[in-house]
Amino acid sequence: MHAAETVSTGFLFLAPWLVFAPVIGLLTNIVLGAWFMKRPWGENAVGIVASSASGATFIISVLLTYSLSANHGELPPWYLAEWIHIGDLTLDWQFRVDSLSTTMMLFVSGVATLIHIYAIGYMREDVRFKNDVGRYPRFFVFFNLFLAMMMILVSADSYLMLFVGWEGVGLCSFLLIGFWYELDTLGRPSWANSNAGNKAFIVNRIGDFGFLIAGFIMFWAFGSFQFDVVFEAAQHVAPGVILAITLLMLVGVAGKSAQIPLYVWLPDAMAGPTPVSALIHAATMVTAGVYLIARSAELYTLVPEAQFIVALTGAATALFAATIAVGQYDIKKVLAYSTISQLGFMVAAVGMGAFVAGMFHLVTHAFFKALLFLSAGSVILGLERGHHHAEHSHHEGHKDHKGKHSPNVRAERRASEAKPGDEAFDPNDMRNMGGMRKTMPVTFWLYMIGTLALAGIVPFAGFWSKDEILLEASLHYPIVYWLLTIAAFFTAFYMGRQIWMVFFGEPRHEAAAHAEESKPIITVPLMVLAALSLLGGVLNLPFEGFHNLGHWLEYTFHEVESLPLDTGVAGISTGLALLAILASWFIYGRNPLRAGEVDPLKRQLGPAFVVAERKWFVDEIYHAIIVTPFVKVSQFLADVIDGRFWHDWFHETVIAGTYNWVSNIGLDRYADQRGIDALANGLGRLTQWFAGILRKVQNGFVRSYALSVLLGVVLIVGYLILK
Amino acid sequence: MVPINYYIVLSAILFTIGALGVLVRRNALIIFMSIELMLNAANLAMVAFSSVLQSFSGQIFVFFVIAVAAAEVAVGLALIVEIFKSKRSIDVDQISSLKG
Repeated sequence: MHAAETVSTGFLFLAPWLVFAPVIGLLTNIVLGAWFMKRPWGENAVGIVASSASGATFIISVLLTYSLSANHGELPPWYLAEWIHIGDLTLDWQFRVDSLSTTMMLFVSGVATLIHIYAIGYMREDVRFKNDVGRYPRFFVFFNLFLAMMMILVSADSYLMLFVGWEGVGLCSFLLIGFWYELDTLGRPSWANSNAGNKAFIVNRIGDFGFLIAGFIMFWAFGSFQFDVVFEAAQHVAPGVILAITLLMLVGVAGKSAQIPLYVWLPDAMAGPTPVSALIHAATMVTAGVYLIARSAELYTLVPEAQFIVALTGAATALFAATIAVGQYDIKKVLAYSTISQLGFMVAAVGMGAFVAGMFHLVTHAFFKALLFLSAGSVILGLERGHHHAEHSHHEGHKDHKGKHSPNVRAERRASEAKPGDEAFDPNDMRNMGGMRKTMPVTFWLYMIGTLALAGIVPFAGFWSKDEILLEASLHYPIVYWLLTIAAFFTAFYMGRQIWMVFFGEPRHEAAAHAEESKPIITVPLMVLAALSLLGGVLNLPFEGFHNLGHWLEYTFHEVESLPLDTGVAGISTGLALLAILASWFIYGRNPLRAGEVDPLKRQLGPAFVVAERKWFVDEIYHAIIVTPFVKVSQFLADVIDGRFWHDWFHETVIAGTYNWVSNIGLDRYADQRGIDALANGLGRLTQWFAGILRKVQNGFVRSYALSVLLGVVLIVGYLILK
Repeated sequence: MVPINYYIVLSAILFTIGALGVLVRRNALIIFMSIELMLNAANLAMVAFSSVLQSFSGQIFVFFVIAVAAAEVAVGLALIVEIFKSKRSIDVDQISSLKG
């Protein structure tokens, strides 16, 4: 240990630049974005600034990882600035670089950079479909802000600093879900997107409430937020305190990582542009909860009860969300529920104490889910292109000012779309797709890779990570194992369904028939992600000498069990996955869905499918038991308590009435009229009366004046004589 | 030689007659004459004391009083003439426009 002081810390001094780099990027785009956009190369410039900021973050992460491994996994925290010094509490802004945080940094910044590049191409088309090109830089400002906040979150040295990042990414999520805040997902004027953003923000506030209380207890029990201090002190307090902290933290995790019962915001969050869904609502931000549990490993391992609850929450979420995904028609909603389900896998893993397995799945999931979302984005764009193409050939005669983006076009388009009975084309709806493997072959193959990785087919990344979780579960909690195994079956089934519906069969809409393949700026980042999804398993293969991630994270978790491959568990899960894909082929692939047809599974399962389609009615139940009573209570408070009681009765009757009574009767009639008025009038009358007496002296007769002079003289003289 | 008492008594009688005249008469000229009577009563007293006390102060005072009385007569008669012009009367009871 004494040698540690002499060892150079390498690139540790770059740690703050993890945050500074994206902040510089976003400031550049705030200041110069509008100026850029006036130039023909403006969008490229904005995109390149943002992507290089993200790329710089990735390079810094690589350098930090290199320095960390050169120092055998031990680096002191990097002090940046004094933050909070109040009483006994000393909290500084310090960056923690250990193997867990660098793992997060690497994949977050890596995936973020790829998605930034993808977004350059995606948003260029998106802003044109929605006729507001000027909004382009804003997207990248939010994206860079998100990256900065995520870096604060993962490099935090204390729970409070982590919370800053935690709230920051929540803010960015809100801003980006409502990126087209005045539209709905179909581009029609509506508050739907903005409502989705609100929902995400408010549900996350409920989770944050749990996190905050956990933080308060932590401060009360340990007097510190710093990870090392808390972990050390936690060894010496009653387990009840730790149990409270960990379970309340689980509420926060359920909010951020979309677990039961707070997952409801994530499907609605798909209202954001697809790169947002990929980066924030699939690959990175939603894993913050998993990271929080992994980071708090030393707290969770102290209380097995909490671990079991966490694992069970995760497993239940995994299965529950997977069943819903089966009944969805929106290509992004399927992926959203899949994300919730996969997050359930991760939460279950870290809950069981299988932190390496959880982190492994977190990383591989980031690769293949980002790939799937971005490919879905590519499909959506292809479909929108096809839709435009089809529209153009329809209105060949009057293709007036399409392609120009004057504000008038926007207004006209909205006016035309607001017409009743005009059904907007939904490019997200899988029922509008079909046969797209011919029109978008590159996207098709990329999507296939993502699907196989998600379904857990050998040798794709998802197989290795999911299998590790299942293996750990089979050793610790059988119930969790079975829940997760069934969830894995559903996973393969809904992904199979999606593949058959989107890419096979005949086009069910002319937009699908005319879909066009995306440009390289969109497909090339996808290829990188596809390669990672294919090879990501190398990170931690279950063979002797290949537990790379396990050994790497050992620096942080100290005790890591490296399990060998269990052919039984792996065989069952792979067999079930293949069975599920086969089943999906039987239902959706053998007889492809035709336009206007009811979903074949719905025909066979009936009500059971409707339950999945309607998401187990959870939104309705929440609406009935939380939102409606809340609205009722609010209305009651507003109308009865505030309106009638406070305003009408208390204010108008009691206060205003008393005031009027006091001023009219008390002050006006008595004090003013009878008091002050009477005094003033009385003085006047007294003067008049006195003057009335005195005026009689002034009688106008000189004789009487002379007499008074005489009398006066007599008086004075008499006085002088008699003195 | 006539004792001083006689002068004083005479003077007092004259002054009283004058004062009564001022108080009871309405004719402005009569009132004026009464005032002169009072002045001269005082003059008489002062001259008498001056002779008794062998001092000239009293006599000098009398000269002053006579001079002032002459000026007073000039002003007073002019006033009376003006009052008569406007009111066609010199009855002082008629001159009561300052009655309160």
